[in-house]
Amino acid sequence: MPSLKDLRTRINSVKSTRKITQAMKMVAAAKLRRAQSQAEAARPYAERMERMLAALGAAVKGAPDAPVLLAGTGREQVHLLVVVTADRGLCGPFNTNVARFARARIRALEAEGRTVKLLMVGRKGAAFLRREFGGRYVAEITFQGKKRIGFEDADAIAERIRGMLAAGEFDVCSLICNRFRSVIAQVPTEQRLIPAPIPEAAEQSGELRPVVEYEPDEEAILAALLPRNLSVQIYRALLESAAGEQGARMTAMDNATRNAGEMIRKLTLNYNRTRQANITKELIEIISGAEAV
Amino acid sequence: MAATFAFEIVSPERLLLSRPVEMAVIPAALGEMGILPGHAPMILSLAGGVISVYEGGQVTERLFVMGGFAEVTPTRVTVLAEEALPVAEITRAEAAKRVAEAEAAYAAAVAAGDNAAREVAMDRAIAARRMEAVAAG
Repeated sequence: MPSLKDLRTRINSVKSTRKITQAMKMVAAAKLRRAQSQAEAARPYAERMERMLAALGAAVKGAPDAPVLLAGTGREQVHLLVVVTADRGLCGPFNTNVARFARARIRALEAEGRTVKLLMVGRKGAAFLRREFGGRYVAEITFQGKKRIGFEDADAIAERIRGMLAAGEFDVCSLICNRFRSVIAQVPTEQRLIPAPIPEAAEQSGELRPVVEYEPDEEAILAALLPRNLSVQIYRALLESAAGEQGARMTAMDNATRNAGEMIRKLTLNYNRTRQANITKELIEIISGAEAV
Repeated sequence: MAATFAFEIVSPERLLLSRPVEMAVIPAALGEMGILPGHAPMILSLAGGVISVYEGGQVTERLFVMGGFAEVTPTRVTVLAEEALPVAEITRAEAAKRVAEAEAAYAAAVAAGDNAAREVAMDRAIAARRMEAVAAG
């Protein structure tokens, strides 16, 4: 049976843990709001770009000299997976979910005899998969110490991918990251980046699609638009992942705070019982001592 | 009231402008272009330059863009700007810094013999020079 002093120390330590988790929850909530509004602000651009790409893609689709970013290299041998996780832990299953998803994907691809290369964004995922797949890493990128993710960060990653494509280092590129479904639900998903999937243009029922003019010409615009689209897709994934991380942390810390409260309640009960038992014991000792006299 | 069309300027980081305007002049890759309502559908790439927005017969807004794309339909114009900022916020020091950066990138691309990078750097340098000119007034 633990002594009263032990119990007291224990209760105090759980109490301070609860204070920490509560503070972390609050911080995560504030950061979540910021991350969400940043993701929201980036959405219009991505949407407009998608629309433009749909219009263009329909015009160029099937052309024999379509750019590599759109058509791919024509092979499917080497896969580059961009795995996006957070730089920090303490956010529940957020990082492990992505890492597990990626692991399953890598195994499936290798079972088909393909070569896999990994570009790891975020410290946690990189650490998680290093033991098993460390040899396949081509780069590790972290945003540690960065207050907010800017478009130029996403652009730098995209630039790297474009460089590798130009050097013929891979055939297919996909992005694995957490999609922000809601504050409590982040779903790991895979998204194809290269060859770029062309979003289907909304069918205009009955009427003819208006003839669109291009300046300078389709190829030139597409050649400029596609690399840009890659950056935008990555930027969006980074922002969504950042928002998801804060959401996951908030939920995890909320649970931790609740668990700490429950634990304190149990320990306090135990403490009071022990204290009473001690008093009773002392009383018995005094009374039996007095009777003996 | 004069006819208007929906005009939007978006950068990757935010929506900068979204409202009906009467006319917009945008710096297309092959020269400046004025767009009025009912314009034929077009998709064009932009060079660095100033977008002027006309409402009530006068310029009500001027934004500098560092290249990008624009989609024109008879009722709507969307500008996807690589980077956009109001002309009033451009400072000479900032413009000069960009010119220096772009020219350094150009020199590096020439030294490396990388043609694609050289062209990109050249466009950037031109855009930066225009920005400097705008800053100078």
